[in-house]
Amino acid sequence: MRTVLGRPRAVGPLWHATATAIALAVLAPLAALAWTALGAGTAHWGHLVAHVLPLAAAQTATLLAGVGLLTALVGTGSAWLVTRTDFPGRAVLQWALLLPLTVPTYIAAYSYVDLLHPIGPFQSAVRALLGVESPRQFRLPDARSMTGAVLVLSAVLYPYVYLSMRAMFATQPARLMEVARLLGEGPWGAFRRVALPMARPALAVGVGLVLLEVLNDVGASEFLGVTTLTTTVYTTWITRSDLGAAAQIACAMLAMVALLVWLERQGRRRRRAGTVHAMRPAPRRRLRGLRAGLAAAAAALPVLIGFVLPAGHLAVLAWQRAAEGHGLSAQVLAGARHSAGLALGVTAIAVAAGLLVAWASRPTGGAGRRRAWWLGSAALGYGIPGTVLAIGLLPPALAMDGWIAGALGWPGLPLMGLGAVLVVACVLRFLALPIGGVEAGLARLPAPLEQVARSLGESPWGTLRRVHLPLLRPALSASALLVFIDVMKELPASLLLRPANFETLPTLLYAEAARGSYEHGALAALLIVAVGLPAVLLLSREPAPASPADDASPAFMPMKEAT
Amino acid sequence: MSTLALEDLQVRYPGAAAPVLRGLSLVQPLGTIACLLGPSGCGKSTALRAIAGFEPLEAGRIVLAGQVLSGPGRHVEPERRGVGLLFQEIALFPHLDAAANVGFGLRRRPRAERDQRVRELLAMVGLESLGARMPHELSGGQQQRIALARALAPSPRLLLLDEPFSSLDATTRDRLAGEVRDILRAAGQTALMVTHDPDEAETIGDWIGVMDGGRLVEWRPAGSPASEPTLNC
Repeated sequence: MRTVLGRPRAVGPLWHATATAIALAVLAPLAALAWTALGAGTAHWGHLVAHVLPLAAAQTATLLAGVGLLTALVGTGSAWLVTRTDFPGRAVLQWALLLPLTVPTYIAAYSYVDLLHPIGPFQSAVRALLGVESPRQFRLPDARSMTGAVLVLSAVLYPYVYLSMRAMFATQPARLMEVARLLGEGPWGAFRRVALPMARPALAVGVGLVLLEVLNDVGASEFLGVTTLTTTVYTTWITRSDLGAAAQIACAMLAMVALLVWLERQGRRRRRAGTVHAMRPAPRRRLRGLRAGLAAAAAALPVLIGFVLPAGHLAVLAWQRAAEGHGLSAQVLAGARHSAGLALGVTAIAVAAGLLVAWASRPTGGAGRRRAWWLGSAALGYGIPGTVLAIGLLPPALAMDGWIAGALGWPGLPLMGLGAVLVVACVLRFLALPIGGVEAGLARLPAPLEQVARSLGESPWGTLRRVHLPLLRPALSASALLVFIDVMKELPASLLLRPANFETLPTLLYAEAARGSYEHGALAALLIVAVGLPAVLLLSREPAPASPADDASPAFMPMKEAT
Repeated sequence: MSTLALEDLQVRYPGAAAPVLRGLSLVQPLGTIACLLGPSGCGKSTALRAIAGFEPLEAGRIVLAGQVLSGPGRHVEPERRGVGLLFQEIALFPHLDAAANVGFGLRRRPRAERDQRVRELLAMVGLESLGARMPHELSGGQQQRIALARALAPSPRLLLLDEPFSSLDATTRDRLAGEVRDILRAAGQTALMVTHDPDEAETIGDWIGVMDGGRLVEWRPAGSPASEPTLNC
């Protein structure tokens, strides 16, 4: 007979119930999505399957494959260069390679569409060099194409791969590479047969994050004229007002997300076996002369394309506008205010909720305790594209609004109008950041601390207040910063859920791009990029962010950024 | 009823097929020091964690001075047991200085009384001048002494020690073992210590218990000959 007579409690029943409720709140939009999709009938579905979906699905698949491949190549290559070789400028490039993280995909697209326009600065300069007069005589391929989209998205998304591969290469023991060399492999053979297979889990994590970002992206695909499933969901709801059909496409996207997560899990399944600790890491090989120059150029190129060119172009545009006497317009100021307000509110709620959930499921000692299910599901929102989450939140939000409006006799949509739905969407989407941060922070604390506090007469709540909170402060502020930055640049959910006449910096930019008035949005774009800079500093301080809490953190819990 | 009584304890980790403790029983008079010996994996540390209230029992009772701490339908929360714990790993709160660590469990006492008690305890472990140091500024032996003072501060009815010297070097270990015995004796403190070192057990304990396979296989006063001459640990 196996009855447990009494179990020491980590938290009281009220706390437990709240943690469960938060986890269920993340699952609610998914359930609503399935419900809406099933209830919508198949009238539109036939049309969608015949005319819309094949193209969108094919374009999405092409985009995913292209960006996945290119970011894997660039991220792995640059990580290898900065961890295994030494050349002039390596120390700077090591963190500069993270800078493209500050440029959301839609801003990169926004900048490049203008930069590479046939009468834009780049093509004009090339023509001047070649002595050609008119754009009709000489014209480069248009940025607004599938190739352009793959290049632009890869240019700013490769840092996810770079970060996890750099951490992996930096910790791979030298001895294994030496063994391979002694067994007759050249440097390339040792890389291909030893270093790369060992790094496969890290590659899976990095590319997984990149692909989720691609699925989340709505702005860049739209600016670059690529019809993806994400943009299709958006237009189906915004221009055709067909929530059912939008939900059906969103469900198809969820299937893709599930597939990606499954692939990523498969890719890093043997991660534990693949890490070797406590061995001397491989030394960097000093490069000289031409090879050093080539290495420096190769490592600088991604920074140039992913950060210097797009951000520089925005800076020039903003400077020109300022020189013409247009400083910060009232619109941009209002947008910045709205964005900051939204980000502050979401950060406060998400960090509190994340702490609540992660702390409730902390291991209270003893062997073999399993990770609570609600941690996994509360962190799920991070993998769900903003558009999908928004479409899933709409039906319950509209129903609740109708009920509140009816009960109180208020006109309109109270929750939508106050922005409450947008706040909820952002909290659900970014909850994984504080959860992962707190979980990793707790994992780093010596296990007996809590037991000591309890045996000295502290209640669980007192232990949180007197021991865990002071020790978790760095983890909490780091995740707060990441959430804040992510909300500042959030576009897809904001586009769908913002109240009327409430523009954030990203939606403002989206509107300017739709009008083709790029120089007007440059300052807003530059502000968003600037807000992201602290995140890069935070990440560059931590040399091996992928290693510590290995399996303690959720699969897609990242050191990350979103578009 | 002035004893610590473990009655037929059974503990199983979630998902594990075999229980770690399978019918552990012992009776220790209060005011004495007992040492539990045994091979690793025999359930010594689990027994301590169960007494402290961190492991749920599948069966059995834990009774301290007549009060049932764990038993059918009853589980006193760790913070309400009056049981102190000293760990193998040195587990000082890294954000508090030595004096604040010692005073951690005295929060509900008036400030003057608390400060007085912290001074006494620091003097007792011979570190009265180091109260303002942060844990990382103390040596391993000093840290473990602070941890001992912290565990004794709320005057626990029972102090549990889980191989408290094993993370220290040999010289410090021997000296500290003698000191700890003197401190515990002087305070009349009931203590139950787990160790894998028979000499250490003889030095410190009034009673020696030997565990194997989740049960107590021997229980005798210290100094009396062991029934099994080769201890497997």
